[in-house]
Parts: sequence; C-alpha cells; structure tokens
Amino acid sequence: MPIIEVKSLSKVFGNDPKRAFPLLAQGWSKERILKETKLTVGVNQVSFSIEPGEIFVIMGLSGSGKSTVVRLLNRLIEPTAGQVLVNGKDIVRMNKEELRQVRRKTMSMIFQKFALFPHRTILENVEYGLEVQGIGKEERVKKAKESLALVGLSGFEDQKPDQLSGGMQQRVGLARGLANDPDILLMDESFSALDPLIRKDMQDELLELQENMKKTIIFITHDLDEALRIGDRIALMKDGAVVQIGTPEEILMNPANDYVERFVENVDLSKVLTAAHVMIRAETISMDRGPRVALQLMRDRRISNLYVVDKSRQLLGVVTAEDALSAIKSGQTLGEIIIRDTPIVSPDVLLVELFDVVSSAKIPVAVIDERKRLVGIVIRGAVLAALTGNNEAEAGEPQ
Amino acid sequence: MSIPKIPIGEWVESLEGWLETNFEPFFNGVKIVVGNIVDGLADGFNFFPPLVVIAIFTILAFWLGRYRLAAFTLLGLLLVLNLGYWSHTMDTLALVLTASFISIVLGVPVGILCAGNKKVQSVVTPLLDLMQTMPAFVYLLPAVAFFSLGVVPGVIASVIFSIPPTIRLTSLGIRQVPEDLVEAADAFGSTSMQKLIKVQLPIAIPTIMAGINQTIMLSLSMVVIASMIGAQGVGADVYRAVTQAKTGMGTEAGLAVVVLAIMLDRMTQKLAKKNKKV
Repeated sequence: MPIIEVKSLSKVFGNDPKRAFPLLAQGWSKERILKETKLTVGVNQVSFSIEPGEIFVIMGLSGSGKSTVVRLLNRLIEPTAGQVLVNGKDIVRMNKEELRQVRRKTMSMIFQKFALFPHRTILENVEYGLEVQGIGKEERVKKAKESLALVGLSGFEDQKPDQLSGGMQQRVGLARGLANDPDILLMDESFSALDPLIRKDMQDELLELQENMKKTIIFITHDLDEALRIGDRIALMKDGAVVQIGTPEEILMNPANDYVERFVENVDLSKVLTAAHVMIRAETISMDRGPRVALQLMRDRRISNLYVVDKSRQLLGVVTAEDALSAIKSGQTLGEIIIRDTPIVSPDVLLVELFDVVSSAKIPVAVIDERKRLVGIVIRGAVLAALTGNNEAEAGEPQ
Repeated sequence: MSIPKIPIGEWVESLEGWLETNFEPFFNGVKIVVGNIVDGLADGFNFFPPLVVIAIFTILAFWLGRYRLAAFTLLGLLLVLNLGYWSHTMDTLALVLTASFISIVLGVPVGILCAGNKKVQSVVTPLLDLMQTMPAFVYLLPAVAFFSLGVVPGVIASVIFSIPPTIRLTSLGIRQVPEDLVEAADAFGSTSMQKLIKVQLPIAIPTIMAGINQTIMLSLSMVVIASMIGAQGVGADVYRAVTQAKTGMGTEAGLAVVVLAIMLDRMTQKLAKKNKKV
C-alpha cells in the first residue's frame, strides 16, 4: 500500500480560486488565466503515489510548481482542491490538531536555505521538533544527540548555526528532520544551496543513510543530475502539472514529450547509462565443440572471436579466429586454445567507468551477471556512440 | 449654499463626557495604580543617598557599555547633583520609566497582534499616525478630565505619544522573521504560541528593542509638556524657567534632561546589542 497518495491536487492563488477550474477544464493556459482572471495556477491536478522506502524526486524548472507541491503535502500551503492521503488519511480534511500531530510525528521538512533558528544552538535546533511535542529535556537531548551523530556532527552541539559551513548547516537541518523519527522526509531543494562537491557528498550521504533508515523521501530539485543520482522514481513537472513519472532510465530513454526530451538532452549520459544499455548479444560456443565448428561459426557471422560458455552460460573464455585456425592445423582442442583472462564487467557499471576497460581491451568486453553468466558484450564503438547520443547504438538489448 | 461645519469638536467633547461619567471607576483605578508606580519609583530613587544611586547606575552602565558609558553616567549624574536638580531629576526618571513600562506592556502585545492580522494592522496603523502627529498638548485636556491634575495624566499623555514606535517596530520585527524560519516552525508542528515564543519573538528582539528605545526617548520629550498639568520633576523646572524667562535656570534644568536622555538611550541600545549576541 502506498504511504502517500496524491489525487488531483491543485493550488490556485488569488481571490475565489475555484473559478480557475472550469477554465482549466476548457483548456485555458496558465498565462491566459492569469491575464484574464488574475489567478495564478500553482499546481494543476497533480496525482502520484509513493511506496514506503522510496526516494521520489519531483523535478522541474523554477516556476514549475514543485516547491508548492511539497508544501501542499504538509499543508504549509492550503490546497485548493484534491486529496493527500498519508497512510490512507486525508491531510487536506484534517483539523489543526490532527495536522499538527502529522507534522510532529509523521513528516519532517528539510529546507533549501537550511532554515536553522539563528538564536538557538545546534543541539537546540535539532531538539526543536521534540520540544514542541512537550518531550522532556533529558529524552530530547538524548535523541537530538543521536540524530547529530547520525549525520556526523557530534561535538558541535553548543555552536550556533552561523559558526558552521553551509554543508554542515544542512546536516543540522537533516538531523533536525530525523530527530523525531518521521516516516516521511520532505526535502525542498535541500542541497541546491551547496557548492557542487559538497552537494555530491551530501547526496552520497543521504543514500547511505537511506540504506539503513528506509524512510520515504520526497525530494524536490531543479537539477537533473541530482534527480538521476538519487531518485528511485522521478516526476517531471512543467507549468504546475506532472509531465512524466518514471524511473530515471525510463525518463531518459523514453521521454514522454518534447519538453522532457529537451530537459534530458543535456544530461551527461556517461554517468547515467550502464553497460547493460550498450551491450549487444554475445556469440557463444560450448566447450565440447571443436575448433572447426568454432571457425565455421565465426565465418558465418563475420566475427573474429567467440565466447566460450558452459551449459549454464557461465563464461569460460574466448577463442579467436586466428587461434582456431592454427588449432585445426596442429590438432588442438578448444580447451587448449581458450583465452581465459578475458576483460569482464558487470551490467550496472556506468559508461564513464566502462570507457577505460573498453579502450584498453583487445577484444569486446564481456558483461557477466552476479552468477558469472554471460549476458552480453560491449564493443568499443557502442560506448562511443552512446556517449555522443547516437540512439541506434544505445538500443542494445538490456536483458 | 454653505455646507454646515462638521461638529467634530462637539462629538469629541460629548464622547469625553460620556467616558467620564460611565468609566469613572476604571479611570480611578488606573489613576491609583499608575500614581503608585510613579510615586513608588520616585520614592525609591530618593530614599537612598544620591551617591549610592549614582554608584548603582554607574555599575549598570559599566555592565552594559564598559568604560565610556560608565564614565558618562558617573559625571553626568554628579553634574545633576551638583546643580541641585537631583530630586526633581529622579521624579522625572520615575515618570519616564513608568510611561515606558506601560508602553511596553501594552505596545508589544498590540504589535504582535498587528503582525499576525492584517485587519488589526489596517485599523491600528492610521491610529498610530494620528497619535504621533496630533500635537501632544491636545492629549493633556482629556487626560486632565479623566485623571485630574498631577503626574498620572502626564504619564498617560506620555504613553499615548510614545507608544507608537514600540507597536510599529514589534510588528515590523515579527513580520521580518525570514519566511523559511516561520515555515520550519510550522512544519515541525508548533502551535501559534510556540512559534511566537520560541522563534518569532527571539529573532525580532533587536528590532523590538529599537522601538522601545524610541519610546523611552519620546516619553522623555514629553516631560516638559507633562509638567504643564502638574507633573513634578525637572520638566517643571524647565517650564518655570520658560515662564519666568530665566535662561540660566532653563539651561541647567535642560541639561539634566539631556543627561537622562543620553544615559537611557545608550543603555537601551547596549541592552539591545547584548540581546543580539546571545
């Protein structure tokens, strides 16, 4: 069962906002509605559902409504229409007290510019969520310290936020969000204010924490690389509406429309695509065949080497056409001429890493899965073609 | 055809009369409370020998602002003592502190209400403009009508004249708390009161202190006017000097007001800075 289900959630800013809905239904654009009615359509009929433990990224350019969406989830902004079901209960219909309980126990928020309280120490900042619940000093100090330890900031308890660097401040923000042990983390461009290297560290750290925590994370970003790095699924927003929802690969490989395509065309594919995307089918032969059969197969398929596998398709090695020819003359078996130290990679190796292996190997690199079975091979040209964005070469068959 | 005069004056007077008859117990209560605070403070300042009081103020000044402020306080108050205005200056200080205290007690909550509610703000703002621009003498008349002559109507007139900065800057300070901090307080499930006390007020304090500083200065500027309706103190000395054309006496009494003004101004400014650091 999804932990969060958002159904036709909309937000229109202005007086008597519901006026906008019939106009939207008639297909009026955001701009036309603003011009003629002074209403701003922030979020338009957004629906998605999120499974527990998922990192769900909402991505879009500024003005796409992504930050509004995340504020509708905890009602920092009141929705105009629609439902937000958290564990089956509609946030939108809750009274103030019920909403407060959800904010205190179920959802935490982590902000773009950290939003640490400048007059409180680091420890007091992290304690805040527990303090407003009325939890006793001793217990909340204990929990806050645990939370700070989790983000690697033990020893900074008594400092003030402005004494810390940006990266450290956002760790405090993260610790504050984790202190009350919520099921859901709402992260609003949480790493966007950090410089690129720190940002990458924080992404790694978040993923590492997530391994153990298994929180449900809703992550807002305008940065496609970030979305691709950390998202289990990505929702792409434009003009207040969701344009496409899918895994990072689905979005890259099958952009739903021109907008998504333009969005993803500048992405560094070498950091997204893996060996599985560029590999092609391997021509194989089993060990009990002779060199004549091998040579014949190579002639038929116009290739210069064959991958030798056993009955369960486990890779044993490679035979080249040259070796097969000499083996026929000298009467050797396949076992005697097989080259066993063939270059191998696993299917999830990124192209950026694959490139070195491929360029130094004399024969195509074998791709083997975790049970050592041969799933495909990567030829040099395919990697280059993929990096230059040539779709034909990418269209290998990931198995 | 001539348009008849709008009888604003008559309206105000009938309102004054109505308040006088119907709220007499309330005004009497206020008179007793305020009168007691002023008298108590003045008696307190005058109970100890002047040198002890000067020593206390100097220590306070040193704690707040180190040597310069301490030196000024010591020399300034000694000068007042030397000129022979000590007791009257302490009366004035009691009046100013009482007026400022009432202004803070009333002004900060009103400021908070204004910050949280646009409707309140839109009613209060023109009222504050009126209070600050209406010639201060005008307040004296109803104040005397409600509280009769003496120090109490002086305090009330001072409060009316000097409360606006506290209200305005409290409201401003709270509205200037960065939006994301308010969001953070809300997102972690604070009640409005928790948000106010744990986040908004602490962050707004430097601005609120600037308002309080202005309030104290304005109430000090009212002391001469207040003396016209019987408030005792160094303001009365200035007023007397003016009516008798005694330049020397006016200057001496005026200097006592200046000493008080600079002392209170610097002390409250340093207090605001101390708060900012914490």
